[in-house]
Amino acid sequence: MATVVMTSLDSKSRAASRGMSDIKIRNLFIIPTILFLIVFNIFPLIYSLGYSFTDFRASTNAPAAFVGLQNYRELLNDPFIWANFAITAKYVIVSVTGQVVVGFGTAMLLNREIPFKGLITTLLLLPMMLSMAVVGLFWKLLYDPSFGIINYALGLGSFEWLANPDMALYAVAITDIWMWSPFVMLLSLAGLSAVPRHLYEAAAIDRAGPFYTFFRITLPLVAPILMIAIIFRTMEAFKTFDLAYILTSQPTTEVISIRLYKMAFQEWQTGRSCALAYIVLIMVLAITNIYVKYLNRVKER
Amino acid sequence: MAAVQTRSERALNRLAIAAVLVITLLFLAPIYWITSTAFKPRNLATTIPPTVVFEPEISPFVKLFTKRSQLRTAPEPEDYAAAPWWERLVFDGGEKVVRSGRGEVQLSGYPNRFMNSLIVAITSTVLAVSMGTFTAYGFSRFKMKGEADLLFFILSTRMLPPVVVAIPMFLMYRAVGLNDTHWGLIILYTAFNLSFSVWLMKGFIDEIPKEYEEAALVDGYTRLQAFFKIVLPEAATGIAATAVFCFITAWNEYAFALIMTNRRAQTAPPFIPSQVGSGLPDWTVIAAGTFLFLLPVAIFTFLLRNHLLRGMSFGAIRK
Repeated sequence: MATVVMTSLDSKSRAASRGMSDIKIRNLFIIPTILFLIVFNIFPLIYSLGYSFTDFRASTNAPAAFVGLQNYRELLNDPFIWANFAITAKYVIVSVTGQVVVGFGTAMLLNREIPFKGLITTLLLLPMMLSMAVVGLFWKLLYDPSFGIINYALGLGSFEWLANPDMALYAVAITDIWMWSPFVMLLSLAGLSAVPRHLYEAAAIDRAGPFYTFFRITLPLVAPILMIAIIFRTMEAFKTFDLAYILTSQPTTEVISIRLYKMAFQEWQTGRSCALAYIVLIMVLAITNIYVKYLNRVKER
Repeated sequence: MAAVQTRSERALNRLAIAAVLVITLLFLAPIYWITSTAFKPRNLATTIPPTVVFEPEISPFVKLFTKRSQLRTAPEPEDYAAAPWWERLVFDGGEKVVRSGRGEVQLSGYPNRFMNSLIVAITSTVLAVSMGTFTAYGFSRFKMKGEADLLFFILSTRMLPPVVVAIPMFLMYRAVGLNDTHWGLIILYTAFNLSFSVWLMKGFIDEIPKEYEEAALVDGYTRLQAFFKIVLPEAATGIAATAVFCFITAWNEYAFALIMTNRRAQTAPPFIPSQVGSGLPDWTVIAAGTFLFLLPVAIFTFLLRNHLLRGMSFGAIRK
């Protein structure tokens, strides 16, 4: 036994001296990626941090003048920007709640023996794999007041969805729910199928009611995975751009990413938009931090 | 103890299956509608009540690929007779195919945008997956200080909102002439997918027993040889799954493409919506373009079905 260990150690050190050392290989494998991400993600952000303290406009040749914290001060005191954040919050709440209800509900229904279960699950997952911008565009036809099939199927006559300021945000959220409920379903299904059967059998023997079983057994055990789905979808919904931008141009659907896009690339207020980008970035990083904590927690189980 | 189902449980089960079927049909309805509209004659695309039964046509695809102009009067009979079958389909729709002075058919913008999408998605996938695999191996097999922080840093780059990154990138690209080029988009998509690829590949490589390489090292392989000859073949499935995920992300991406490209390097996602002007759009052509664009992703989804959960959770949940 001891000799075997000896030879293996011996040949390992020989292997190390033959080729590159492990540390060299580790650095060769990892450093290019880190550098690439620093050059193309972190450096641009430092660059834009600099611009966020200036009145720079990318559409003119005028040199940028340092204005200190003025951009940040003005943005944080701008009621219109806060209105954009409020629209975003409303969108996140409606959309993520809808996805959790539909996704978790479908997962509960699917979590039993069903003919063609694999095929049905794959078909249900299709929407989230498709391009938001391209499929979202087609929803314009589905929502059309005069010849859309949604109004026809629901018998709503010529009800306005996208041209109606009160309805447009909900219409965008409905399309988002259609696309992303499958994601919540997929994760919930993984959580549900991991609940040990014997817990349900024990509950049945104890004559526990369906509500008791659901709230005391199912939900607590699925909660960590469901939380991952909720945080991830919250983060994505907070950043949403494609769908709302393509479906409508209502002021009531101007989520923060759209405001940022317009400020930067239509109004060319480059310095100011860099400052707004930083405000958004800090919020996203805060959610990311929570998300990663949950990911690691589930991983460790 | 086998669970004995009571009559009410069986009824409940049947109800659940019925509900699942209804939900599945509802979820597939928009995709079905895209597909069926792509094969409709134009006058049946926007009827009320909606047209469900019709004779499928290929004309939307012909129109998708060709540049056309309106016909004021019916085509000359001899022109019509001399035209190939596909050109007659365009005549039948009250339009004609635009030809150059030498009679060459002019293509629409679509095939070019589709090619751009392919070039950008494939190249960025190859880059992101190969770099990601090396890095994942490094993280998986070697200890280092601050490993968790580095991994968080890598993941956090993926979470950045595209518009936030796009503002400085736009300025930098403008300075070095990378705006509206394939490489400009390829770099952005590689950076975006790289973090995902590292996280997913690390999960796959973690699962390959270390003993395999150690045995190879004992047999006289160098570390690099062990990586290429032992680890890579073992990780092949994981690499394929990661590649498909990266391809789909790059293929579908909209915001960067909208901001960074406008003509030469424009991909399909910003192009297709730009075809819906203010007038009455021809939805059959848009549906045809959408259908062709979605087709590769639909096929990949079926190939990928057993890895979806893992990919969607950045490798945190395995099945």
